[in-house]
Amino acid sequence: MPDGMLVDYDGLIPNNVGLNQDARLRKALETWHPGYIDWWKEMGPEGFQESLVYLRTAVSVDPKGWARFGYVKMPEYRWGILLAPAVEGRRIGFGQHKGEPAWQEVPGEYRAMLRRLIVIQGDTEPASVEQQRHLGKTAPSLYDMRNLFQVNVEEGRHLWAMVYLLQKYFGKDGREEAEELLRRRSGSRDAPRMLGAFNEATPDWLSFFMFTFFTDRDGKMQLEALAQSGFDPLSRTCRFMLTEEAHHMFVGETGVQRIVERTAQAMNAAGIEDPTDVERVRALGVIDLPLVQKKINLHFSLTLDLFGNEVSTNAANAYNAGLKGRYREDKIDDDHRLLDSTYPVLRLKEGRIVEEQVPALSALNMRLRDDYVADCRAGVERWNRVLEKANIPFRLTLPHVAFNRRIGEFAGAHVTPEGEVVDAASWAARCGSWLPSAEDGMFLEGLMRPEYAPGRYAGWIAPPKVGIDGKPGEFEYVKLHMA
Amino acid sequence: MDQAADAPHITFETEPARYRHWRLSVSGEVATLTLDVDPQGGLFLGYELKLNSYDLGVDIELADALQRLRFEHPTVRVAVLRSGKEGVFCAGANIRMLGRASHGHKVNFCKFTNETRCAIEDASENSGIKFLAAVNGTAAGGGYELAVAADRILLIDDRRSAVSLPETALLAVLPGTGGLTRVTDKRKVRRDLADLFCSTEEGVRGRRAVEWRLVDEAVPPSRWEERIAAAAAELAATSDRPRQAEGVALPPLAKSRGPDAIVYRHVRVALDRPAGRATITVLGPEADAPATPEAARTAGFWPLAMARELDDALLDLRFNEPRLGVLVLRSEGDAARVLAHDALLAAHPGDWFLREVRHLLKRVFKRLDLTSRSLFAVIEPGSCFAGSLAELVFAADRQYAFIGRPAGDNRPPAGLVLSALNFGAYPMANGLSRLAARFWGEPWRLDALRARIGESLPAEAAEEAGLVTAAYDEADWDEELRLVLEERASFSPDALTGMEANLRFVGPETMESRIFGRLSAWQNWIFQRPNAVGEKGALKLYGTGVQPEFDRERV
Repeated sequence: MPDGMLVDYDGLIPNNVGLNQDARLRKALETWHPGYIDWWKEMGPEGFQESLVYLRTAVSVDPKGWARFGYVKMPEYRWGILLAPAVEGRRIGFGQHKGEPAWQEVPGEYRAMLRRLIVIQGDTEPASVEQQRHLGKTAPSLYDMRNLFQVNVEEGRHLWAMVYLLQKYFGKDGREEAEELLRRRSGSRDAPRMLGAFNEATPDWLSFFMFTFFTDRDGKMQLEALAQSGFDPLSRTCRFMLTEEAHHMFVGETGVQRIVERTAQAMNAAGIEDPTDVERVRALGVIDLPLVQKKINLHFSLTLDLFGNEVSTNAANAYNAGLKGRYREDKIDDDHRLLDSTYPVLRLKEGRIVEEQVPALSALNMRLRDDYVADCRAGVERWNRVLEKANIPFRLTLPHVAFNRRIGEFAGAHVTPEGEVVDAASWAARCGSWLPSAEDGMFLEGLMRPEYAPGRYAGWIAPPKVGIDGKPGEFEYVKLHMA
Repeated sequence: MDQAADAPHITFETEPARYRHWRLSVSGEVATLTLDVDPQGGLFLGYELKLNSYDLGVDIELADALQRLRFEHPTVRVAVLRSGKEGVFCAGANIRMLGRASHGHKVNFCKFTNETRCAIEDASENSGIKFLAAVNGTAAGGGYELAVAADRILLIDDRRSAVSLPETALLAVLPGTGGLTRVTDKRKVRRDLADLFCSTEEGVRGRRAVEWRLVDEAVPPSRWEERIAAAAAELAATSDRPRQAEGVALPPLAKSRGPDAIVYRHVRVALDRPAGRATITVLGPEADAPATPEAARTAGFWPLAMARELDDALLDLRFNEPRLGVLVLRSEGDAARVLAHDALLAAHPGDWFLREVRHLLKRVFKRLDLTSRSLFAVIEPGSCFAGSLAELVFAADRQYAFIGRPAGDNRPPAGLVLSALNFGAYPMANGLSRLAARFWGEPWRLDALRARIGESLPAEAAEEAGLVTAAYDEADWDEELRLVLEERASFSPDALTGMEANLRFVGPETMESRIFGRLSAWQNWIFQRPNAVGEKGALKLYGTGVQPEFDRERV
C-alpha cells in the first residue's frame, strides 16, 4: 500500500494525516468536535438521529476499495480526515508558478486568498445538510432515505475536510473561521450561508434530486478546479472528496430519472398522450413533466449564480497564483498561463445578448460554467432517453444561461428560457409557466407521503434498477428507531 | 482616458432628476441617500462601474445632493447613506478607471472626492445635518472612506459584510480619500490595529469591526431597519436645524462656455491659452443687500449665486484646463454693496439660510486654497475686494494693487476693505482665517487690522498694512505685472504645486489639512511610481490576474 493510504481508524477522528503526531492540530480538531456534534444534532436530519442507517464509511483512500458498509446511528458516524495519496514530485500545473514544486505549506502572500476559497467551499457543505434536514419525514422509500442520509453525512465529512485545512494551515484565523462555519445557518436572516443557492429551501424530494443534480454538480466543478491547486493539501483533500461526490451526482440524476420514468409509465397506462395535460397527469398521483421542466429552470438558474461574475478578477488572481485551476486543467493542452489568449463570454449589450472575446484569465468563471453546462446537458439527455423509449412526446431542456439570474452579467435582465430578452412586464406575466408556482409547490407537498416499508416506493417514483452495495429490493436500508 | 484635446468638457452641474447613481428621498427630518450605481453610467468609456464602484460622475451627484440638502431641505436633520444593491455597500473608486486615468485626472478626482467627504463632515459640524452610514454590505476602500465621513456607522452583521481598506494589499496604492487619516484621527483606531486593518484585503466584519472602532455598531439583519430608524432619530435629536422652513431651490447656473471664455452672471473667466493663464473676474452685487434675512432667501441672493458660479468655474478649470497654470483673480463692482451683504450675513447667526451661504462661501474659498494653480490677485481701479470677496485676495499666492487711477479713468481707485467676516468666518483647512495665516509671524498686524474693519484701504495703505505683496502706479503697473506673470509661467508646474501647497498652509494641522497634505505628498507620489502605474504595476494589472512585479527597493 503506498504511503498515505493507511487510515488510522482507532482514534476519535479517523485520518490518514498523522493526527497522532500533530498535537496542536489534534487539540484544535478535538476542541471543534463537540460543536460539530451539537450542530449535527440540531441541524442534521430531523427525527432520524437514533435510527440505524446502512451507510458507507471511508476507511481507506485506495480507489479500489475505500469504503465499507454497515449500520450506524448518524451522530456516531466516523467522520474522518482523508486525503488522496500524495503524488511524488507533484508540481504546480498552471499560473505564474507553473513548474515549481507544489506547496506543502501556505505561501504567505496567498494566505488570505486561499483561506477565502476554502471558507466559501466549506460553507456550502453544512448548508445543504441544513437545507435537507426535514426530508426524511417524506422519504419515498427507505432506499431513498438512506441515500439522503449518505449524502448528508458525506457533506458533513466534507465540512471536516475543509475544517482540517483551516485548522492545520491557517492558525488562529483558521480556527475562528472553522467556528463560524458552525454558526451560519442556511436561510437564516441574521447569519445566512455565504452563497445564495444555499439559503433556498429544499421543501420536497423533487427539489432534493434537482439540488443534488444541479447544485452538487457545481460543488463537483469547484472541487475539480481546487483539486488542481498548487497548494497540495487542498488538492489532495478535494481529490478524495470527489470520489464521494460522485455518489451525490448519482442520487440526483437517477432520482429525477426515476420520477420521469414513473410519470411516463403512468401516462401510458392511463392512455394520456398530451404531456401538458397537467390536470389529468397529476390526478394519477405522479409529477407532470412541465413541472419537472420548471424545477430544472429554477435549480439550473440558481446554480449558475454560484459561478459568480462571468468576468472576474478574483478568479483570475486565484488562477494566476496557482491556487484554483480550470476543470481538468491537467488534461487541457495549452500553455496553462493564459496570458495572451481570449475566451468568449456572453454579455448583455444594449438589450441584446452578444458574445465577446475577453482575456482568458478574467473569464475563468465563465469557462468553468461552460464546462458545467455541458456536464448538465449530458444528464438531461439521459432523462430524455427515458421519455423517448416510452414514446412520450416531451423533451426536457436546460434554459438559457441568461434566464432568471441574480448574479453576473444577466442579473436583473429579463430573459426567457429560450434566451429572448423581453421587458419586465411580459417576463412577469409569463414567469408562472417557467418557474414553479405556489400551487405547484402545494401539489408536490401533497404528494410527499413517506413510504417506510422495506422494498416499497411512493407512487410518483420508480424503484431503482439495483440496490446499494448489491442489496436486494426489500433490504431494510434504514432501521427506524420509532418502528 | 487621457483626455484628448477634443474630449467633451466635464460638467459639474446636475440635479436629482438627472442622477444616474444616487437616489435622494426625504421623509420628514430624515433624508435617505441611496447609492445604486449604474454600471453603464461611467463618465468615460472603457470601464463598468460594477459593485457600486464610483468615478467622478458618481461623486458629482453626491456633492450636488449635499448642496440640495443644505439649501432645498432645511428641515432635514439627518441623512442616511445606504446602498441600493444587495450585499455591497460600495466597492470604492473604480480601479479600471484609475488604471486608465491620466495622473492629473487621478489627482483631481481624489481631491474632489476628498472635498465632498469633508463637505459631509462640514454639514454635520456646522449645518446640523447629521450623517448615518448604514453599511448594508461590503464597504471596501473608498466605500469605507465614504462611511467614515459619516457621524455614525452601522454595519450589517450578516457574517459576510466587511469594511476594508484593501488598497495596499490589492493595488499598491493608498486609500486616497482620507481613509488612513480618518481611521486614526477620527475613528481613533489603535495604530497597530489600523496597520493590520489596512493590510488585510478582506477587511473586518461584525463584532471585531466594533471592537476595533472601525464602525459603531454591528446590527443583525433582523433588526437592521429598526436600528437605522432609531439611530437616525438619535442623531436627528442633536441637530439644530429649523423644524419648519421653506427651502430655496437651486436652479441651473446660467453658464456659457466658449473657446476662450466661461461666462456666468457674476463670474467671468477669460482663458488665455498661449499665456497659460485664466483670469477670473468676480462681479459685485448688482443691487443693494436685501433688508431682512427673509428677503434674502432666494437663489439669486448675490453671495449664494456668485459662490455657486465661482465653485463651478474652479472645478471646470481644474478638470478641463490643466494647462492654464496661473489664475489671475480680479473683481469689478461696488465695494459698499459687498459690505452690505456681509453685514447681513454677519448679523443673523441663527438664520439657517444665511448660515448655509456663509459656509458655502467658506467651502468655495477652501476649494480655491486647494487648487494647484498659481493664484495672483490683481487689485485694480473699479474692483470691489471688500469683506468676503477680499478672501480671494488673501487666498492668492501674491497680491498686486494699482496705486491711484490711470489717466482718464474715473472708477474708484483700487483698494481693500475688511469686514468682520475676514476674521474667522472663513477658516482654511488648517483652521486659521486667511488673515491669521498671513500674519502667522506678525500677530500684532492682525490685531491692528481688526480696528480698521470697514475702512477703505487704498493700494499704498494696503501695502503698508501687509495686505498686498506690492503696489505699483501707472508707470510701472503693466510692465511689472507682465514680468511677474511671465516668470511664473516659466517655472516647473510640479515644483510650483509643491511650493504653493507648502506655503499656503502655515501653522497648525487639522484632520482636514492632514488629509489633503498627505494626499498630495504620499498618494500622488505613489500614483507616479512604477510599482503602481508601471506596465507591471499593481494598478495597471488589476483585474488581469497577473501578479505585479515590484521594485523591492525602499525609497
